Amino acid sequence: MSIAPRKPPLQFALRLKRALGGRAGWNGLAAQIAFAAILAWIAYEIVANARTNLETQHIASGFGFLNYNAGFDVNQSLIAYNNSDTYWRVFFVGLLNTILVSVIGIVFATVIGFIVALCRLSPNLLLSRIGGIYVEIIRNLPLLFQILFWYLAVLAALPAPRQSISIFNTFFLNNRGLVVPQPVTEPGLYPFIAALAVGIVLALGLRRTARRALFQRGQMIRIWPYVLGCLIGLPLVSMLIFGGPLQFELPQLKGFNFAGGARIIPEFVALTVALSTYTGAFIAEIVRAGVMSVHKGQMEAGSSLGLSRAATLRLIVVPQAMRVIVPPLTSQYLNLTKNSSLAVAIGYPDLVSVFAGTAVSQTGQAIEIIAMTMGVYLLLSLTTSALMSVYGWRINRSMAA
Amino acid sequence: MTDISAPSFVRQELVAERAAPAKTTGFIGFVRMRLLNSPGNILLTILGLLLAWYIVIPAIKFLLVDAIWTGKDRTACLADKAGHEVGACWPYIQAKLTQLIYGFYPEAQRWRVNLTYGLGAALLLPLLLPRLPAKGLNSGLFFFAFPVVAFFLLHGGGIAGFGVSWTAGLLQLFEQSIGGAGDLLVNLSKSSAFGPLPWVLGKLLVLFGLLIHWLIFPLTWLRDQLQLSSVPVWGDFLLTAVIVSAVLFVLGGGLRTGGRALIGSLLTFAGIAAGIKLMGLDRGGFPIVDTRLWGGLLVTLVIAITGIVASMPIGIALALGRRSTIPLIRIFSIAFIEFWRGVPLITVLFFATYMLPLFVPGNFAVDGLLRALIGVAIFTGAYMAEVIRGGLAAVARGQAEAASALGLSWWKTTSLIVLPQALRYVIPGIVNSFISLFKDTSLVSIVALFDLLGSLRASFSDPNWSTPTTAFTGFAFAGMIYFVFCFGMSRYSLFVENRLNAHRRH
Repeated sequence: MSIAPRKPPLQFALRLKRALGGRAGWNGLAAQIAFAAILAWIAYEIVANARTNLETQHIASGFGFLNYNAGFDVNQSLIAYNNSDTYWRVFFVGLLNTILVSVIGIVFATVIGFIVALCRLSPNLLLSRIGGIYVEIIRNLPLLFQILFWYLAVLAALPAPRQSISIFNTFFLNNRGLVVPQPVTEPGLYPFIAALAVGIVLALGLRRTARRALFQRGQMIRIWPYVLGCLIGLPLVSMLIFGGPLQFELPQLKGFNFAGGARIIPEFVALTVALSTYTGAFIAEIVRAGVMSVHKGQMEAGSSLGLSRAATLRLIVVPQAMRVIVPPLTSQYLNLTKNSSLAVAIGYPDLVSVFAGTAVSQTGQAIEIIAMTMGVYLLLSLTTSALMSVYGWRINRSMAA
Repeated sequence: MTDISAPSFVRQELVAERAAPAKTTGFIGFVRMRLLNSPGNILLTILGLLLAWYIVIPAIKFLLVDAIWTGKDRTACLADKAGHEVGACWPYIQAKLTQLIYGFYPEAQRWRVNLTYGLGAALLLPLLLPRLPAKGLNSGLFFFAFPVVAFFLLHGGGIAGFGVSWTAGLLQLFEQSIGGAGDLLVNLSKSSAFGPLPWVLGKLLVLFGLLIHWLIFPLTWLRDQLQLSSVPVWGDFLLTAVIVSAVLFVLGGGLRTGGRALIGSLLTFAGIAAGIKLMGLDRGGFPIVDTRLWGGLLVTLVIAITGIVASMPIGIALALGRRSTIPLIRIFSIAFIEFWRGVPLITVLFFATYMLPLFVPGNFAVDGLLRALIGVAIFTGAYMAEVIRGGLAAVARGQAEAASALGLSWWKTTSLIVLPQALRYVIPGIVNSFISLFKDTSLVSIVALFDLLGSLRASFSDPNWSTPTTAFTGFAFAGMIYFVFCFGMSRYSLFVENRLNAHRRH
């Protein structure tokens, strides 16, 4: 006699019911049909109304306008642009400016966030209080308020170019922005980059070898002098042979303005300062929460194993804190990128400002342009959240193992 | 055996007193332990003191010591007139105060705004204090009655009908839309190659529309009769009250247990009638103040309060939808939430300002403030949904299972067992999203509405008050308002969190 359990009956009708209506069964199916009908009705109303409204306003729908000439200027562009370029070009100019301000903002916000978090965690009472006050003030004021504060109050109060605030005679801060030395490429640039790339690859290979030796044979290899040699020595050698990679052209005050150097527009300065200080306050709280989430016993266990304080931090505390820190940190980075759209308030030419702002008012193609703009941000945040779920999955897997 | 009587060593004199241990309590000890306990810490303390010195002293100097307190125009706030370095220019704030609080709201009507502020505060404060009773009535008044009253107080205008007319109008709109879609399909079938399918579908839709038309005919007839009578509002009101009360009475259990529902309904309608009478809504209400005249703190608060009130039901519906097992509803909720959370608020406001007017019938102009409100409500609703979903997940599974074991339906389980507990858990989360909503209201100044920040920015361009310190003064003042609101709310959220976690404290 076989003792294998009998297969459950197929129960086709039950499965169909589940698939169609969830746990609610046929009621669920009815609810879905009613819901779909309402959605279809709303969609129909929207399309019908939009069509009549566009007809009465004489706006042709479609994406054909993207190939027309834009006919307006943009005051900062990473790629060559003039006012006879198409709206496609405007789109990319705006997108690149958004990316630029986001990346630079993220770097500064991370630095500020970690410094403030260290202050708040410091045993020194005064410093931790100052960190706390910074976080409270920054987090309780609207971001737009802070952007406008930097732009309309602080930067506008700066002196004219002739009385610029000079930092080491290299950077000049005035009410027309920040003048910085302009990097000029030299023939040594490409060998330099190649040497740097080779150095990075070699250093990664060394680290891999060292880890393998440690995990498989228990052998400690000291690699840091070689890594330093690869990362610094190789580019240095290339600089000695082929000459320096870049030369900096220093700004000079000539007449009423600066000649030479590159001018960073005040809108960019205000936006970057506001975004990085604002997001920095949030990052500080995240980092603090992450470090405090690691149990005190972990540190004690590390020292009882004979690890030095630095080694305990590096090998035991930080990896565990990072697990808590990384997901909210990513969402803060995403927030910063989305918040960079507030550039439109001060006229920094980001995606929203030039594309969803100027281009909409010029062409009237509100539906297409706003849909494209929303699509860009949506793509960005969906990609980030997908990456984050992969990260969370990997963390879970490694925790389980 | 050794001779133990021989003294080996006996101390003859007292040991010298040791110095008292370093003090670790009191102010001195505190300073020593927390500020100056190591060279590194001393350095950090000095650094902190320097930092504080260079921020606090100039701030106090600017805001109080060097500030100008009286004056009529910009000349009072210029350095050569005042004779010393000029700090904050407070007369500028005095001159612009009404603009910052009311915008261009007509001066004669400002009592309405003040009354609304007062009413809102009187309803909100008891809601926030956990010790006071009658939270259900209070929140009902704040979340349902107050927005309506505030609308008629702030905007003005009256009503031409009541429940019967509104329902009839809505159903008629629905019927026309169905009929229109059917006609369109029938027309389409003449020119397209799809064969008879659109024609059949179109005819079916037209038939469906006709069916609705006959079904709602009693209602539309009733409305027309009411509109012809001498007291359309009160007649309609009475009829609605009778119908709704009767339905509630029957649903509540008829003669056996329906009395409670009947009394509740009658009391609600009595309250509504009192409101209509007091504000004279049947006779045209207060004079209409166009929303373009609204501004300053008024707009900020209107958007924040409407946003939170409107986003709650949206958030609850979406959160329940996302947890539902019905595939289409779940997919829709997920897509909706992720879409609105994935885009910046400013694009949502652009969407509401530029795209929404295209989506409604051309003869139906949407007010600028209303557009922003819709955008803010949808946006906040998506965030609120995630907050509430957290609360729903925190309710133990056994609660819902016990409810089904008692034989409660899904609706009763959700509304009586799960939601009340879930919402209690997420009060801090809701307050936090209210804080971010309050901060985000400043964004409406980008779509040409004059909230507090927008009014402030507009006041900078007044040549009568353009001095070097005007901008700093304005930002200091508006910053204080924003800070007081947001900081107060965040402290309140902490307080509620501590209260909710009281059982976990050791």
